[in-house]
Amino acid sequence: MNFDFSSEDRMIQEQVRRFLSEQSPLSRHRSVMEGDSLQASDVWQGLAELGLQGTAIPEAYGGVGAGYLPLCLVAQELGGVLAAVPFSSSVYLATEAITCFGSTEQKERYLPKLASGEWVGTLALSEGPLAPSPTNLTVARSGDTVSGKKLVVPHGLAADFAVVLVTSDAGTDLVLAGLEAVERSAVEIVDPSIAAATIDFAQTPCESLGEPGDGWTMLETLQHRAAVLYAFEQIGGAEQALNMAVAYAKERFAFGRPIGSFQALKHMMADMYVALKLAESNAYYAAWALQNDAPDLHLAAATARVSATQAFQLCARDNIQVHGGMGFTWAFDCHLFYRRSNYLALALGGLNEWENKLVDALPSAVA
Amino acid sequence: MDFTDTPAETEFRQTARAWIQDNAPAYLEAPLSGSGFGSTRTGDFDPIAEAKKWQKTKADAGWACIQWPKEYGGRGATPIESVIWGQEEGVYGKLSGTFIIGQGMCAPTMMAYAGEEAKLRYLPKLASGEEIWCQLFSEPHGGSDLAGLRTKAVKDGDTWVINGQKIWTSGAQHSDYGILITRTDSDVAKHRGLTMFFLDMKSDGVDIRPIKQANGDSGFNEVFFDNVRIPDAQRLGEVGDGWKVALTTLMNERLAIGGSIATGFPEIQALVSELVLANGPASSDQAVRSKLADWYAKSAGLKNTGARAISALSKGEIPGPENSIGKLVAGGMMQDIAKFAVDLQGLGGLVTDPAIARSQAQIQAMLMRSPAVRIEGGTDQILRNIIAERVLGLPEDMRADKGIAFSQIPTGV
Repeated sequence: MNFDFSSEDRMIQEQVRRFLSEQSPLSRHRSVMEGDSLQASDVWQGLAELGLQGTAIPEAYGGVGAGYLPLCLVAQELGGVLAAVPFSSSVYLATEAITCFGSTEQKERYLPKLASGEWVGTLALSEGPLAPSPTNLTVARSGDTVSGKKLVVPHGLAADFAVVLVTSDAGTDLVLAGLEAVERSAVEIVDPSIAAATIDFAQTPCESLGEPGDGWTMLETLQHRAAVLYAFEQIGGAEQALNMAVAYAKERFAFGRPIGSFQALKHMMADMYVALKLAESNAYYAAWALQNDAPDLHLAAATARVSATQAFQLCARDNIQVHGGMGFTWAFDCHLFYRRSNYLALALGGLNEWENKLVDALPSAVA
Repeated sequence: MDFTDTPAETEFRQTARAWIQDNAPAYLEAPLSGSGFGSTRTGDFDPIAEAKKWQKTKADAGWACIQWPKEYGGRGATPIESVIWGQEEGVYGKLSGTFIIGQGMCAPTMMAYAGEEAKLRYLPKLASGEEIWCQLFSEPHGGSDLAGLRTKAVKDGDTWVINGQKIWTSGAQHSDYGILITRTDSDVAKHRGLTMFFLDMKSDGVDIRPIKQANGDSGFNEVFFDNVRIPDAQRLGEVGDGWKVALTTLMNERLAIGGSIATGFPEIQALVSELVLANGPASSDQAVRSKLADWYAKSAGLKNTGARAISALSKGEIPGPENSIGKLVAGGMMQDIAKFAVDLQGLGGLVTDPAIARSQAQIQAMLMRSPAVRIEGGTDQILRNIIAERVLGLPEDMRADKGIAFSQIPTGV
C-alpha cells in the first residue's frame, strides 16, 4: 500500500501551479466574469502548450498517456485559481465520453484535436429546472439529426461540439453534434465564468456515441468518472477559500486584536479544514480507483463527490462570513469562490442525487 | 499510489490470518460482534480476563504490539503491517481496549524517556497484557487547561513525595503502573514547572476511587495521592521538562492510528438495512439515505486520512496535528448516529436491556457513552483550537495566565 501521489505526478502539479499563478490569477477570472472575453483563451492555449488537455489521452491519439493521477492534480490546481477555461467540460466530460465509448474512428477523429486544445467539447444534458431523467428528455434524435433545446450547457458558448443526451427510438442515446451551425445564446448562471449557453438544435446532424439505447448507462459511467476529477477541482477551490479566510483573519483587527484569535472564528475555520481534509482523502482514494478501474469505482467516486461538494460549499460560504461585510462586496474575491462552488456542486447533479448514488453503491450491511 | 498489497504484504497477511484462525477465541466472536463504543461484550466471560488471555496468547507468538522493537516485546513490524494486522484481527481487536492507553500512550513515552533497564523490565509485560498501565494527567483543575494541574511533587533525598488528586483516569482500578505528571515548581510559568514520573499503582498512599459516570459505568477514576513516594530513578525527562514529555504522550495519541476509529457507521448501516418504517424500508427513506451518505463519506474520509498518515509514517515522516480531526469527526458523528438510530426505533429504541434490545443494546450504549468521546483526550473545542492554531497558524487567544508564575494565576476559587 502506498497512499500518495508519486513525485512525477507532483512535479506536473508544481509545473501547472507555477504556470497558473503567473497566467491565471483571480483577476483573469474576474475579467472573463465581467464580460471582457468568453473564456481565458490565453490560459487555455498555455495549458495546451504544456500538453495538459491530453494528460490522460493515450499517446496513440495524440495525448501524453500519463493517466488519471496527474490529471487529478491538474484539476486541483485549476480549481484553486478558478480558471476561466472550459477544461472541465472538454476534458473530464467530452474527452472522457469519447475515450470510453467512441469507436476507433471517432477516437482518431476527435482525441488528437481535444488533446491539442484545438477543439473544445462539452456535455449537453440539462433541459430545464428539473434534473434530467430517461423519462423527461425532450431533445430528440431522428435518424442522423437531433432537435430540441438544451437549457444550461456549461461552456456551450465556447465549445466546438457537444456530447448530447437525447431520447430516441432506442430509448436514450448519447450523440455527438457539431455546434458551428447551431443557434446558441448566452444564459446567465450563478457562475458567469462558465460561458453557459442555451442551445437550440434544429435538425442538427449528429452521430451515435456508443450503442443507441445505452445513453443513460453511459451517462452514469461518465458522471462517476468525471465526479472524481470534479472533486479535485472542488478541493482545490475549497483549499484556496480557506487560505483566503485564514489570511484575512490574521491581518484584520477588531477589538484591538486579530479577528483570527477569536474562538468563534477559529472554530469555524477548523471545521472548514476538517471538511477539506476528509474530502481530500476521499478524492485521493477515488483517484486511485479511477486510474485502476477498481470494482468500487462508483462508490469511491460518489463518496469523493459528496465530500468535495460539502467541503467547497462550506469553505466558500464561511470564507464570506470570516470577511464580514467586505466579503459581500463585488470587489472582494469571496463571491468568485461562492459562485464557483455552487456551479461545481450542480455541474454533475446536485448533492441529493449523489447521496442517492452513494447509498446505491454501498455494499450491503454486515449485521 | 497503490492500495493493493505488495507480495511481501500479501504474505504477511496470510501468515497473520492463518495464525488468528488457529488461535483466536472463537467462542467470543458472537458477543464481541455486538460490542459497540462503550460496551465490550464477552457474554458470560469476564472482559478483563479474556482481554488478558488473548493479549498473552498474541505476545507468546510475537503478535502483540507488533510495531514495537522485538526486545521490548514487539515484532519490529512496519506501520503498514500493523494496519494489516488490525484488519485481520477484526472483531478480536475489540478486546484490546483495556491496553490502549498503556500501549498507545505510556509505552511511547517510556521508550522516549525511560532508561534501558526500565524499558526492558516494563515494556514486554505491557505488550503481553500481564501488566496494565494508566495515564495520570487530568485533574479537577486541569482538564482542557492541563498545564494548570496542581498535584505536587517535592524532592526528599533521592525520592519524590507526591500529594494531590487526579481525575478521569481511565482504567486506574485495573492498572499496575501509571505515568504521572506533577508540579515541581509553582514559582515559574505554568508550563515550565512540571515533571513526569512513572509509578507503581500499588504504592502506599495511592487511593483509587471509580467514578460513577452518567452512563452508569465506571471506566474513569479519581486517584488520590497522600505522601506517595517515587524514586528519582522513575523520573521521565528532566525536572521542569514535564510539559515536553507530556506532548510526546499526547502526540502518540494521534499516532495510535493503526486501528480504525469507531464512528458508529457500521452500526447504523446494519440497523437501516433491516428496519421497516411506516412508509416502507428505512433504506428507501430519503431522509435516512441522505444521512447515511453523509456519514459514510465522513467515515471513509477518516479511514482514508488514516491511510495517508500510515503512508507518511512508512516514509519516515511524522504525522502532524492534522490528525486531530479523527476524534473530532468521529465523536460528534457517533453521537448523531446513536440519536438518529434510537429515533428510528421509536420509544422501543430506548430499551437498554441487552437481552431485549436489538444487537445487545449496542446503539443505546453508544448513545449514553458518546457524550464522553467529545470530551476525553481533548474536547471538541480544544481540538478545534489545535487545528486553528497549529495547523492553520491562526493567532493564539488572549490569555490571562501568560508569562505569570503559576502561583500568581487567578483561580476563581
